[in-house]
Amino acid sequence: MAVMTYAEAIRLAIREEMTKDPTLFMLGEDIGIRGGAFAVTTGLYKDFPNRIIDTPISENAIPAIAYGAAITGVKAIAEFMYADFSLLGIDHVINSAAKYRFMYGAQGTVPVVFRLPGGGGRQNGAQHSQCLEAMFSNIPGLKVVMPATPADAKGLLKAAINDYNPIAFIEHKAMYFDKGEVPEDPDYIVPIGKGVIRRAGTDITIVATAMNVTKSLKAAETLEQMGISAEVIDMRTIVPYDKELIFDSVKKTGRILVTHEAPTMYGIGGEIVAAVAKECFSYLDAPPQRVGSKFLPMPYNKTLETHVLPQIEDIVEAAKSAVEY
Amino acid sequence: METKEFYLQKYGLDTLLDMYRRMVLIRDFEENIKILYQNSLATGAMHLSVGEEACAVGACFALEERDKFVTYHRGHGHNIAKGADVGRMVAELMARKDGLCKGRSGSMHIFDASIGALGAQGIVGAQVPIACGIAFSGKLRGLDYVTASFFGDGASNNGAFHEGMNMAAIMNLPVVFICINNGWAVTTPVTYSVKAESIAIRAKAYGMEGVVVDGCNVLEVRDAVGKAVEKARTGGGPTLIELKAYRWYGHYVGDDTSRYRNPDDEKQARDTMDPIKIYSQWLLSNGLCGESDLREMEAQAKQIIEDANEFAMNSEQPSIEDMYAETYYIPEGGDVSWLS
Ligand SMILES: Cc1ncc(C[n+]2csc(CCOP(=O)(O)OP(=O)(O)O)c2C)c(N)n1
Repeated sequence: MAVMTYAEAIRLAIREEMTKDPTLFMLGEDIGIRGGAFAVTTGLYKDFPNRIIDTPISENAIPAIAYGAAITGVKAIAEFMYADFSLLGIDHVINSAAKYRFMYGAQGTVPVVFRLPGGGGRQNGAQHSQCLEAMFSNIPGLKVVMPATPADAKGLLKAAINDYNPIAFIEHKAMYFDKGEVPEDPDYIVPIGKGVIRRAGTDITIVATAMNVTKSLKAAETLEQMGISAEVIDMRTIVPYDKELIFDSVKKTGRILVTHEAPTMYGIGGEIVAAVAKECFSYLDAPPQRVGSKFLPMPYNKTLETHVLPQIEDIVEAAKSAVEY
Repeated sequence: METKEFYLQKYGLDTLLDMYRRMVLIRDFEENIKILYQNSLATGAMHLSVGEEACAVGACFALEERDKFVTYHRGHGHNIAKGADVGRMVAELMARKDGLCKGRSGSMHIFDASIGALGAQGIVGAQVPIACGIAFSGKLRGLDYVTASFFGDGASNNGAFHEGMNMAAIMNLPVVFICINNGWAVTTPVTYSVKAESIAIRAKAYGMEGVVVDGCNVLEVRDAVGKAVEKARTGGGPTLIELKAYRWYGHYVGDDTSRYRNPDDEKQARDTMDPIKIYSQWLLSNGLCGESDLREMEAQAKQIIEDANEFAMNSEQPSIEDMYAETYYIPEGGDVSWLS
């Protein structure tokens, strides 16, 4: 184990996989000398000068090139500088990569990872803060991954690179400098499709993604002081997601709260709550709760931004209301 | 145009005649699809390439077996010219199990890995940057295949064209961009949508060579594409080739062109821009074959189409289970229960 940041863990995963696979390549804007907008790839271009490729500001061509190479059997990582910019190249994520295997009669695979720095809380404003996982998750053919810790950032990225499916790998920008223990084992992976219980509890199941896992763990501490025992599940991957883990937990606690940073309305929480309502109906002691952003674009002003984003207190309040129902 | 001796020496008589066979096969294929469509045996949307046979054959005959290409919604001819199995093509358009993509792609999204046909894209313009990725992967691995990218005049006005052209140029990728300018994008004439004197001239802005070629003359197409392929293969980078042809029919089968095209202009274009007539006259006037040889080759094409229809008609409906198993790559024994 070594202590490193979320960004360093991603870099380590890329370095290890590039060392293992001499044709794995990555392209994106300013990922060479600058190391990308968030210093994720710092230094990599020195070791892999032909495979860390700086591109012009061409968000349509970046995923297209990754896709075109991937269908010839070469693993590719496409970095969007901000997840928001993927909307300029979304054609190749959704129409090219996600459709490939199905539409073309399973004549090959698409080993491509689209890295998407998302999320708010940094006063980056409306066009630089979005959480787009609900959009990606509604696309059959794509897998959607959202690491919440440095160790998972490494393990999930390594799993994604070797999954042979197109993956929307959504990183949280405000977590890049979070530190944690990361296994140095070059074979360490976190399997796609498996969630994890970050904190065990008995009164309510809190299902969370990315930054909201951290917030939920803090909320659980406050709840404990109130005599409420919360179980916190980190989804890790959204498509596919670990239904069994969630259902088993809800059957035990009788209550569910889903929290993510994307707007509550039309967010993935609706999907999870619907599945829980269907599978665990008779176990539920309270209406399901959802805690996400307000249905507003992300503002620049700090006070306004804090209002829009889901806060620890919101999770505490919602959990409390479910337990007191 | 070079002399008969030049072409005989360069390509050989067999190939020159094969090019004729293939052009006729493409036309027959398209006419056949039209009939199947009108009889509801082929459905969805069918964009026919009648009038563009020389573009397909001239270009694909300039490619080697190991070369790859991507194409667009009007791509039947490109697949056939590169050697796709015609029976499996018809089966795909009839949405059958033995179709090239198991009845899941239809006309606009055909893919045949076995001949390097790495996908028709139904998204106009997507062909341009995707070809860059296919080419880059070869370059990265030290393979010497060339990638052709087919698209229409309409596509050249889309943003993907700009990004892909620029990327190919700065990365010096072995791509040949082949823009088939058939004069129309649905109902929009190219004279309206492009202010530049040609589409090919846009290449200059990317630091790339651009050429305009008569897309109704199969030998001129082959020469131009052959030169660009050679240049790409030897590290000379990409070329943009604009092939001028005419879309004989509507945008799709069933499109009434009289709403936006003058029937006299249409007739005149068909009379003067018939690539098969132009090539057959060249073959005859140069004594490379006789009328009876032409008729024999045409009969061969008819037979291939008949056999293809029979193959397709006998093919079953595709499997529903396969869809679940083949949306994602799932390793042996992997979980599919979440896909429902
Ligand atoms: C991105 C996108 N926009 C619009 C369409 C609808 N569409 C299909 S074909 C076509 C015209 C394309 O014209 P051109 O590129 O000249 O090719 P042609 O049909 O003439 O062969 C349009 C607008 C599409 N498929 N994709």
